[in-house]
Amino acid sequence: MATAASSTPSTSSSLPSSSAARAVASLAAAAAASDHSIAEAEAEAEAYEKTHVHGVYEAIAPHFSATRYKPWPAVADFLHAQPPGAIGLDVGCGNGKYLGVNPNVFMLGSDRSSALVGLAKARVQSLQGGRDGSGPEVAPAGGTGVADAASSGKSKNKNKNKGQASVGGEATTDVTPTTTRPDSGAAIGNDVLVADGLSLPFRDCSVDFAICVAVIHHLSTRARRQDAIRKLLKCVRGSEAKAGSGKVLVYVWALEQGNSRRGWDEGGEQDLLVPWVLKSPKPQQPKQPKKQRKKTHKEEVVQGHNDQDAAIAAAADANKSGEHSPIPTPTPAISTGEGGVIAGGGDANGSCGGDDHTDSVFERYYHLYRKGELEEDVLAAGGAVLASGYERDNWWTVAANEPSPSGPA
Amino acid sequence: MKVLTLNFLTCAVKACKSSNDSFPLHPKDAELAHDDIEINSQLLVNVLPRIDWTALRTTSTELGFPELPEQPPTAETLEADEAMLKELHTLLLETQMMEGKLVCGHCGHEYAVREGIANFLLPSHLV
Repeated sequence: MATAASSTPSTSSSLPSSSAARAVASLAAAAAASDHSIAEAEAEAEAYEKTHVHGVYEAIAPHFSATRYKPWPAVADFLHAQPPGAIGLDVGCGNGKYLGVNPNVFMLGSDRSSALVGLAKARVQSLQGGRDGSGPEVAPAGGTGVADAASSGKSKNKNKNKGQASVGGEATTDVTPTTTRPDSGAAIGNDVLVADGLSLPFRDCSVDFAICVAVIHHLSTRARRQDAIRKLLKCVRGSEAKAGSGKVLVYVWALEQGNSRRGWDEGGEQDLLVPWVLKSPKPQQPKQPKKQRKKTHKEEVVQGHNDQDAAIAAAADANKSGEHSPIPTPTPAISTGEGGVIAGGGDANGSCGGDDHTDSVFERYYHLYRKGELEEDVLAAGGAVLASGYERDNWWTVAANEPSPSGPA
Repeated sequence: MKVLTLNFLTCAVKACKSSNDSFPLHPKDAELAHDDIEINSQLLVNVLPRIDWTALRTTSTELGFPELPEQPPTAETLEADEAMLKELHTLLLETQMMEGKLVCGHCGHEYAVREGIANFLLPSHLV
């Protein structure tokens, strides 16, 4: 198995994983400390997130998606509480698992990763036509055969499982309406687009609600995290609206995870690189497809984009052959390169060569929220906290524009 | 991308947010597709007050649909008018822009729409 040391560090991996937290902390400090360096620090933060967040999700999209189909209960409750006909946003929608949870609202999902939006689009299309999509069966990644099993004449959707939908495949005019849930009424539908959470394309005060689940913790400075909340609040109805301000649900990873296997807890480091392991499907294929290892390390560095493609292909292969069996949950190892598995910097080092069942490791940046911090950020963003809580290793808050109604929502 | 979605989209450039010219975005070289979706009248009636009608009229015309009335129907009118319900359903939910561009009337930036997905990521000089 190749080690991190054997691969030439690229410019994009100039922050060794072990010092990432310190590097990020210094970015934040720089931004806070001096005016003239703010623009510079902002650019650095963006570049950092490009490597340690956007690039990673783009590369692991199908694999990631296959593991993301179960809505968090607090999020599902929030969505079900919305009135019929409400319009909502899902900023950082990933594979779109929250689109369709409440079939009576229209949700617009956005994500920075076009690969994930492609998967979300396939999901949205498959939900159309009155089929109930709230169940966990709809896992649009990697050709798991789910589409076939669940299809009721929706043949067009099968081709779109990898986010590479063929042009024109969206038009389903030849499809007979499905009637699997005659008593549920037709879903109003959803839509998805590619956008950055800090430059959202939604008009101000236009929507009833917004959710932002497991997204803001990927921003590497506090100013940017607060700005993201500010941008969400701008999209929802203002407090002067007849029905009151629209609500924003934000959900972030908690520092306090005393009961989780990850071992993080109060007082620990908050800025981390968390590895995502793409396991190769070794049982079926003692020899891996050549595309995973055909490049030398130097070529990998030069051709970062091709590496991403290779990783996506590898992930798709993994899903095809093993379906959900290769479990890619973040490992407990925290950015320490344990066992030499971590392939340096995390920028789409899709393959490290070596053994037949090479695991690819991608490192995502996280800011783990300590208790109370999310509420502080909401207030700093000009919002009011209506409710907040803790759910399975995550902090969540329902926020609205000031002035807030008194009492919890 | 659905026509209903277009009614909630503006330019992603910060400086354009305050300009009236940035909304609605203008479709260019649009290729449309039609999805068959079961109509849900009650939901449609509920969505109506959330729509910017003036912008919808503009979008509808620019996409080559028949001109919409100047004023939006009231909930009562719409509930009773099956033809209009169907028309709005088709326009808002069944029509998708598959390919083309969305142009900001303020800064002129063009956002690509491919395979039904609009991309609002900005080049670095516009962020």
